[in-house]
Amino acid sequence: MIRAGVSLVALVFLCVAAFATELRGTGDLGVVVERASGSVLIVDTSAHKRLTRVEGLGDISHASVVFSRDERYAFVFGRDGGLTKVDLLVARIVKRVVQAGNSIGGAISDDGELIAVSNYEPGGVRVFDAQSLDLVADIPAIHGDTNSGGSALSKVIGLVDVPGRRFVFTLWDAGETWIADFSGGDEPVLTKIGNVGTNPYDALVTANGRHYIAGLFGEDGLSHIDLWRAEPKAERILAGYGRGETRLPVYKMPHLEGWAEADGALFLPAIGRHELLVVDAKTFKEIGRIVVHGQPVFAIARPDGRQIWVNFALPHNDTVQVIDVPTRQIVQTLKPGPAVLHMEFAPRGHEVWLSVRDDNRLAVYDTMTFERVAEIAAQKPSGIFFTARAHRTGL
Amino acid sequence: MLRLLPGFLVIVALFGGNARAASDLSAAEIARLSNMVRQDCGSCHGLTLKGGLGRPLTADQLAGMDREAVKDIILFGIDETPMPGWLGLLSEPEADWIAGALKTGTIQ
Repeated sequence: MIRAGVSLVALVFLCVAAFATELRGTGDLGVVVERASGSVLIVDTSAHKRLTRVEGLGDISHASVVFSRDERYAFVFGRDGGLTKVDLLVARIVKRVVQAGNSIGGAISDDGELIAVSNYEPGGVRVFDAQSLDLVADIPAIHGDTNSGGSALSKVIGLVDVPGRRFVFTLWDAGETWIADFSGGDEPVLTKIGNVGTNPYDALVTANGRHYIAGLFGEDGLSHIDLWRAEPKAERILAGYGRGETRLPVYKMPHLEGWAEADGALFLPAIGRHELLVVDAKTFKEIGRIVVHGQPVFAIARPDGRQIWVNFALPHNDTVQVIDVPTRQIVQTLKPGPAVLHMEFAPRGHEVWLSVRDDNRLAVYDTMTFERVAEIAAQKPSGIFFTARAHRTGL
Repeated sequence: MLRLLPGFLVIVALFGGNARAASDLSAAEIARLSNMVRQDCGSCHGLTLKGGLGRPLTADQLAGMDREAVKDIILFGIDETPMPGWLGLLSEPEADWIAGALKTGTIQ
């Protein structure tokens, strides 16, 4: 009885401490990576406000974030191998593990139980329990002739979640895509798909988890895998899209994002060219090209698919262009400021947030009027991630 | 534009008439270059320069290469790899300063 009383007092105290004066949901919260200072901002996307800063996340240059199903926790994948679980409501690090030497991103399983991280060093994927961050499985990306002792570990890119407690990822050094199936428990069943191509640099999966597309740095084309096939295999698409022309120096690798699909087509960055490639989302044939301002880094569809927003590599990274999907015309060219690194839409797309790294701020635009509606200070901001991602496949 | 010229012309155009040296760079230029190395080179080589898709660029990792070789890689890239030549974006003295600062671990 006394014990119960004490617990109740403790609980009330904790609640007061945690939520200050009011309860709130997390559906309009987001996380902004401050890449140089090892911190993240928690932002309120309705109020256009930064709520607080959480520090101590290590080297989070090139960091990305996924969210728990309840949208309360953010899992931040750092460059230095750090995996950090942040509680958005109390703005605190719950748990942090340094699980590898050099990492590039991660994913959360469809049931929300597993967190997978893709590593450059040691090359492979490590999978953790989302509650405890305890190691569940270690999948070294061994490639080459293992019989003759010639094996090595490959850097892993393009890690995504797909339905059925599965993760899909690709080996940069080996040109293989692996499917790790955890539907049977903590021991993954691996399916290895060869002949993906030379130096796949990033990959995406469509929102339904069906089509996995890898960009190739070492070949003039992309690679497509239909994950719904009984025996998935890699097929080249858009082979020779560069038409044999010498490409421009690539000052920044493009990123392939799950929401590149709009109106039955995929809009993909061409590597080393000032173009977006428009690909039919059923036949995977090229159906058009859009000449843009520079080499695209991200081409992201507004959630309704009516617009594609594009940012660019150096020396054009002060610019963002907007493409109207039905007409495939550029309808807006914005100059948000020096080094626009990332773009994130409000869940239904009425606004977009941009990180303007070298001006130490975020800029929020209305996607209908293209007016800037807010600016928010941030230290060297890079990735912006809103909690609505929790309910999307393959981000 | 320079990119389209034959290589020797580029070198003449770039180095022949250019008397500036890395030591002539102002503090503001050095700050800008340091930011570029950490933030933009850092997309592949890591903000702390410990490597990523690209190799580490820490002083100990570059100990086996001379400054001139590092500068040439910055300006002209490495064929068959993702390392681009930065000639269009960096001058020779700027690349030389970056090479020197990488080798001594003194990027700000």
